[in-house]
Amino acid sequence: MATKPRVIVIGGGLGGLWATMRVVERGFHVDLFSLFPVKRSHSCCAQGGINAVLDVKGQNDSIWHHIVDTIKGGDYLANQPPIKNLCEQAPGVIRTYDRMGVTFSRTPEGIMDQRLFGGVKNRRTAFAGATTGQQLLYSSDEQVRSHEANGMVTKYECWDFLSLVLDNQGICRGVTAMDLSNMQVRAFRADAVIVATGGLALIYGRSTMSTNSTGAPAARVYQQGAKFANGEFIQFHPTGMPGHDKNRLMSEACRGEGGRIWVPRKEGDTRDPLEIPEDERFYFLEEWYPAYGNTVPRDVASRAICRVVRHMGLGLGGKDLVYLDLTHLPREFLETRLGGILDMYRTFFGEDPCERPMQIFPATHYSMGGLWVNYEKDEQTGGMARIHPKNHATSIPGLYAAGECDFAYHGANRLGANSLLSASFSGQIAGDAAVAYVKGLAKGNGELPESAYEAERERQEQINQAIISSNSGENPFALHRELGDLMREDVFVERSNEGLDKALDGIGKLKERARRISLDDTGNWANQSLSWARQVQDMIVLAEVIAKGARLRDECRGSHYKAEFELKIPEGKFEGDPEYEEYKAKWKANNEKWLKHTIATHSKDGPQIEYKPVDLSVLPPEKPRDYR
Amino acid sequence: MSKEIHFKIKRQDGPNATAYWEEFKMPYSSGHNVVSSLMYLREHPVNIHGKKVRPVVWESNCMEEVCGACSMLINNVPRQACAALIDELEQPIVLEPLSKFPLIRDLMVDRSKMFNALLKVKAWVPMDGSWDIHRHAPLISSGKQSIRYLFSRCMTCGCCMEACPQFRIDSKFIGPATLGQVDLHNSHPTGEYAKDDRLHAIMGDGGITDCGNAQNCIQVCPKDIPLTDAIARLGRQTTAQWFRDMFVR
Repeated sequence: MATKPRVIVIGGGLGGLWATMRVVERGFHVDLFSLFPVKRSHSCCAQGGINAVLDVKGQNDSIWHHIVDTIKGGDYLANQPPIKNLCEQAPGVIRTYDRMGVTFSRTPEGIMDQRLFGGVKNRRTAFAGATTGQQLLYSSDEQVRSHEANGMVTKYECWDFLSLVLDNQGICRGVTAMDLSNMQVRAFRADAVIVATGGLALIYGRSTMSTNSTGAPAARVYQQGAKFANGEFIQFHPTGMPGHDKNRLMSEACRGEGGRIWVPRKEGDTRDPLEIPEDERFYFLEEWYPAYGNTVPRDVASRAICRVVRHMGLGLGGKDLVYLDLTHLPREFLETRLGGILDMYRTFFGEDPCERPMQIFPATHYSMGGLWVNYEKDEQTGGMARIHPKNHATSIPGLYAAGECDFAYHGANRLGANSLLSASFSGQIAGDAAVAYVKGLAKGNGELPESAYEAERERQEQINQAIISSNSGENPFALHRELGDLMREDVFVERSNEGLDKALDGIGKLKERARRISLDDTGNWANQSLSWARQVQDMIVLAEVIAKGARLRDECRGSHYKAEFELKIPEGKFEGDPEYEEYKAKWKANNEKWLKHTIATHSKDGPQIEYKPVDLSVLPPEKPRDYR
Repeated sequence: MSKEIHFKIKRQDGPNATAYWEEFKMPYSSGHNVVSSLMYLREHPVNIHGKKVRPVVWESNCMEEVCGACSMLINNVPRQACAALIDELEQPIVLEPLSKFPLIRDLMVDRSKMFNALLKVKAWVPMDGSWDIHRHAPLISSGKQSIRYLFSRCMTCGCCMEACPQFRIDSKFIGPATLGQVDLHNSHPTGEYAKDDRLHAIMGDGGITDCGNAQNCIQVCPKDIPLTDAIARLGRQTTAQWFRDMFVR
């Protein structure tokens, strides 16, 4: 019973939309699932820009520079061959966006403009005002709509992906999903599934992410056997605007365009910032890191802010806040280059960043870790094979992952403006890989009997029914709030083994209570409480993966920091100085021990952790990161 | 400053149910917006009569007014709920679903009509494929980009549709935002190839002639998109197209 090959894509952000385009271009139909209309995906929140070496600024930028910046920015933790492809093909990705009609900001000559971003010395970030993600997402959404018009894409918007349908060899043959209007569960056949469901920062409660970025789909496939890698590597963006409901992002572009971070030198200084003279301001990033100044990579900046606020007691008004100052830059310049985020600060905080310095603090922002994915190395080029079924394949055959929900490219810390790039690029690679896989399949999805689909569908219905009929009393919204408080307390910028033990204990208790969730809404129409309850249960699963990985990794690397294991760069000493060489030797010894991927496999007793070596064949780690 | 936040919310359990009002009070705290308040209420869904009820249902995602999910009527004005700060709203704060779209439940409506309109007017730039062709699109001047950029921020939120007197739940009118997108794609060097198709798409039933020039759309657009400029341009262009068609046919 052969049926026409079908590919399912879960998630309609940049990763999912590029995967969809690629699959359709290769001639296969796509069923595209999303919790909401795809143009509302979290990709629309990305602000600052997308990296590619176009070298239009007369800086002799090169692809090799981009590769090195990315590898070093990630503290050497990412597999390197795919990074080579990412940087090499980035200009092509930008050219495609240009052809889609993305309204990139232009120079007076009409060329795509590029600006400076964190962790790099060359201007290679293309942007559309300060709302780049929105424009990239909308143009991608438009292209997929053109495929919808041709009948090659069927959208299932306002559906919640619940699980994979696996055959008795553990191969992925389809999915089950819940219609969020009538809460009914349906099974869908597919020959390959691509999961592109984004980040998981809602596990931290308040973050820079959209409220649907819970990581639940990744948690679901993890519980069915997909390995999860480097969960402990969570990026805390240094410049978030604290709020009740969300820590809104103030793009790194602020710093790239000349913004300066500072606190008053004097502890407890209550003067209005505009009254404090220059020499009484502590521009700590500029003083501690002269080479990169305010544009050090995010992990370095976040730790510096935490040090100044929590260890030196210099936070504004004694609170967790520092200044991000744009007031020295001309208003017209700021409105053109940063307009969208200035509006956001004005709307939600009520002050004008052109007139008064902004108040910011690190916020949970991005997950470098994610579903483990494979790649096929091309021995000739040293990069990834351009089209191969192993690329972006998870550990479940037939399941692919792309975008933020995979663990590739960014290692222990992501450079700004590399995520819009990796989401688009990886979607394309995963799309090509899934098609190659489908073409090579011996058995099509039509060969798996209906009973297998019905069994999984029934299993999911029963999980729903159990929650609806429960009266055990645990409130899913309260549980989520407590989970976020716990994670922001003990699994944040600065971690300790004592704090992580406490976190794991707390997560264990929440896991127990989550089994006793009951709902204030037991209806079967647009029941948001039901789908949220399931997401909370899944968030707790990944919280345990994150905390356990963090607990076991006794070192500092990228965004993961434990003071007791810090290897301090000797102050004022550089290459050639004996103290620096000694530091370098320690750094290399630590790499021998810890330069490896954390791999989590799900079990009833919690995540089972093992380690895998990193492919360092493009740029072996000889030099520690040094942004001074 | 009042110590409580008072909401009056128009609820309805489903498309065929009867609408009813429900009131809630919650502790005041500065910095709340309508969505963060609804989040508090769903955790503590007790109305002013002390009765525990089913949590209010609404749509939201980005919380920073860039995704268009949380459109609703707040004190009679269609706007994004996440950017509606409690401190700036007269109480009791009245929340209602958009009235021009079919109701799903409570504050959630079905806005697929707008996405169908984008299909009808071919709101995309025709591209051979997403593979690299090793060349950029033609250059676009900075001035032209600045205008196109404004239209490229349309979130398909539906506020302009709600405010427009010509857009009704049962009418065919494609509405202001759709017209803005026609203008956006017609002004791109390759998008221009399909200009005639798009103009024809808006010259029929439910097209540009349904616009009555009320200019309500620009009053409520959360992104300050100059919709009426686009509609004026398209008015001229469709007239010219009509003449051209007379000679071609």
